Amino acid sequence: MTITEPGVEENANAVPTPDNNLNDQKPTGFGRMLRKEDPRLVRGLGQFCDDVELPGMLHLAILRSPMAHARIVSIDKTAAEAHPKVKAVITGADLAAQNLAWMPTLSNDVQAVLATDKVRFQHQEVAFVVAEDRYSARDALELIDVEYEWIDPVIDVRKALDADAPIIRDDLEGKTNNHCFEWEAGDKDATDAVFADAAENGIIVTEDIVYPRVHPAPMETCGCVADVERVSGKLTLWSTTQAPHAHRTVYALVAGLPEHKIRIIAPDIGGGFGNKVPIYPGYVCAIVASLVIGKPVKWMEDRTENLVSTGFARDYIMRGEIAATKDGKIRAIRTNVLADHGAFNGTAAPVKYPAGFFGVFTGSYDIEAAHAHMDAVYTNKAPGGVAYACSFRITEAVYLIERMVDVLAYDLEMDPAELRLKNFIQPEQFPYMSKTGWLYDSGDYEPAMRKAMDMIGYDELRKEQADKRERGELMGIGIAFFTEAVGAGPRKDMDILGLGMADGCELRVHPTGKAVVRLSVKTQGQGHETTFAQIVAEEIGIPPEDIDVVHGDTDNTPFGLGTYGSRSTPVSGAAAALVARKVRDKAQIIASGMLEASVADIEYEAGTFRVKGDPEKSVTIQDIAMKAHGAGDLPEGLEGGLEAQICYNPENLTYPFGAYICVVDIDSGTAEVKVRRFVAVDDCGTQINPMIIEGQVHGGLTDGVGMALMEMISFDDEGNCLSGSLMDYLIPTAMEVPDWETGHTVTPSPHHPIGAKGIGESATVGSPPAVVNAVVDALKPYGIRHADMPLTPSRVWETMQGNHTPPI
Amino acid sequence: MNINGDEVTRDIEPRTLLVHHIRDNLGLTGTHWGCDTSNCGTCVVWVDEEPVKSCTTLAAMAGGHDVRTVEGMETDGVLDTVQEGFIQCHGLQCGFCTPGMMMTARALLDRNPDPTEAEIREAISGQICRCTGYSTIVRSIQWAAKKEQETPVEVSAS
Ligand code: FES
Ligand code: FES
Repeated sequence: MTITEPGVEENANAVPTPDNNLNDQKPTGFGRMLRKEDPRLVRGLGQFCDDVELPGMLHLAILRSPMAHARIVSIDKTAAEAHPKVKAVITGADLAAQNLAWMPTLSNDVQAVLATDKVRFQHQEVAFVVAEDRYSARDALELIDVEYEWIDPVIDVRKALDADAPIIRDDLEGKTNNHCFEWEAGDKDATDAVFADAAENGIIVTEDIVYPRVHPAPMETCGCVADVERVSGKLTLWSTTQAPHAHRTVYALVAGLPEHKIRIIAPDIGGGFGNKVPIYPGYVCAIVASLVIGKPVKWMEDRTENLVSTGFARDYIMRGEIAATKDGKIRAIRTNVLADHGAFNGTAAPVKYPAGFFGVFTGSYDIEAAHAHMDAVYTNKAPGGVAYACSFRITEAVYLIERMVDVLAYDLEMDPAELRLKNFIQPEQFPYMSKTGWLYDSGDYEPAMRKAMDMIGYDELRKEQADKRERGELMGIGIAFFTEAVGAGPRKDMDILGLGMADGCELRVHPTGKAVVRLSVKTQGQGHETTFAQIVAEEIGIPPEDIDVVHGDTDNTPFGLGTYGSRSTPVSGAAAALVARKVRDKAQIIASGMLEASVADIEYEAGTFRVKGDPEKSVTIQDIAMKAHGAGDLPEGLEGGLEAQICYNPENLTYPFGAYICVVDIDSGTAEVKVRRFVAVDDCGTQINPMIIEGQVHGGLTDGVGMALMEMISFDDEGNCLSGSLMDYLIPTAMEVPDWETGHTVTPSPHHPIGAKGIGESATVGSPPAVVNAVVDALKPYGIRHADMPLTPSRVWETMQGNHTPPI
Repeated sequence: MNINGDEVTRDIEPRTLLVHHIRDNLGLTGTHWGCDTSNCGTCVVWVDEEPVKSCTTLAAMAGGHDVRTVEGMETDGVLDTVQEGFIQCHGLQCGFCTPGMMMTARALLDRNPDPTEAEIREAISGQICRCTGYSTIVRSIQWAAKKEQETPVEVSAS
């Protein structure tokens, strides 16, 4: 079922001015509503991690390895210890004595907190200093003398499995190569059979496609303040974490602290994008320092440390193949992937999904068979892999299929829009079981595609392009149509380190009818304080401004796995709606007592409970709240109070989708790519706050332009990271992106209580192929069928000269 | 120095960066620190009504000068129109880049009350926002410009 709501849509696209009021006029519920978090943030009164200042607080700085692969021969810390402002200097050997030198990663691997035997990537943590102020801590790092013995590093991922490659993970017992894991999905035999048939009767296209290493680089870097109370032994950790509860449990496991003696506070967070899901050595170092010294300790990394040592994203080398009929019906897809996981497998993905959700690489198309195979390897680079709004590797999956469809269109000389329209899964096929075992919940793809084509004026643009080509001008139109799988996930098959991916939620309605809702998830800018108040408001009719949203404090919120993978609305959003319904059910019973009617005769609408057929007899949720807490009898068997708690276990993931079209112009003299227009039509099911949804989409589109045209973490042959600052790792500014044009369709999720799907990462997932497809389309006169990101002027220029090489 | 109208005097190390002085010594944490290379602009404040990157300015250089930070934008509890514009147009998400963006925007509107979209984009081009994709920041500044044209208010630094 697709509902298009012209009214809402105009609102979403209209630009607010001082003379119009686009905000929703209802007293409660869904619609455009200004954010509750903004009044403090625009005053500079947010509290970010680095803003936390405690009496007697010390500062921690980390010494990092200058080499990518080297044995640690010796560390002399005497000079650093003699610095007058230094309180402690700790090395890997010191931690090893406490059994704290290694910690578990979220992927069941281990990672060194501080290196003991050898360093395995450039900028790996080797020692730390705690001093009275942040400058002195850094001064003292210069005084630590480390002697290293060079080992040849493994940098070229294609050579990681060579027989003579140095073994990186000799800490793992019996490890004789650099293989990290192997993974497979789909039906190999069935897929090969279709390919064999297509070789005879149809067409096969093959392309090698690289998704380079990139970095989420949130504007706030990672850091924490650790404070261990001397007497009670209770640790309070203010931390840049997207997953406070999961972190608490992991700290309990690694540091051996009892879990009830750990309180994680995630204060305001300056962007996360997956960068703040893993546990980094710096957090553990700060905890150890506070334990040892007995004072609060702050660790804040600088920008270089953030770029060179924390969770990167992507780094997949993929061979894509499509088998199709000669008239453009896609029959089968297969891929073979080489994945670079860096020195430790530090990805944050559900345990049973070592390649994340890359398995949805069959995209939005109804096909006969599919197969994927992957080898993941260790290299001497920083760990990570699942980050940067990737929805657990769906970025890579969508890039692969959407690039390959364009490759097929090129060979068939077909219009890429027409080719997609011909192959979509049809609305009546939902719920649709993909050939790799994913149950797509709902979808109606063609209207979204047609809408994007209408909005951008597709046919006119093709005419303009033809005219320009005659004149030798380079203009390209790129399409991407994506389907995502977000909202991890059903606990029967999704867990991280054994922790099921269900989310708790608690709602308390106070006597005067104001409410507090407590969430396990944590905003990093997505606006949870607003959206979740609206969800509860929609269900029980208390205005959103009367609902306080508490999150990011493990002592004051129920357990849940946090905000990443676009899971907040699909999982915790459902929890919030259901807990509100639980409260509403109780309210209805109380109302029946107050109105002297049977429960079945009470009907509810927007905060008011009425007796059916007698609309004069009614009470509001506020009246009921007072009654629930007040004197006098309640209906038989009912406890006082008006509150509830639940833990929501999603039945399935949600499958948002969208149609993106990008127009680029390329200067044929400088090879500079200019994104002229970008239309994004998204379908995330029921919309809670269209303003926030639009913001999420805009941000992701900018990421996509960044990845497609400029962002890449690169290394030289010795493993030196060449992208350690914002001068070398380029992020789009306002000059490189167009004014975004957005639209939507609404296809509710059938299993989500309010029909909502995730939206946080759709645009980051969907936009890179649209931009790359546009650039490749512009270069068609040069006979170009594929070019790898990042499409910087020099790489585009080389491509125009026929010298395109992969970036790694 | 004078900060948001208050005279403050402190003994500091000569190498102290203005951003750290403002945050750590004066406790005004609305100004942020986002990079090491003068690229991100989360640290933008005014020195004598001129937007500067406080991570690239020594605190000592601001001695004897007027410094204005995001905390000084509000007047008697009333938000500056730029702040109001950012709220109305969803010009912020995580809010980390926002103080710097707003300081630049305020300076732009003081010099050019009716900027074009291109002028706005150029004015904020030395600053990075990782969340919003800039369109809503542009709209926020346009909103403020329009509002100030409709209802002239005193907008200069106090
Ligand atoms: S902190 Fe990045 S420019 Fe000043
Ligand atoms: S609002 Fe997050 S960086 Fe701009």
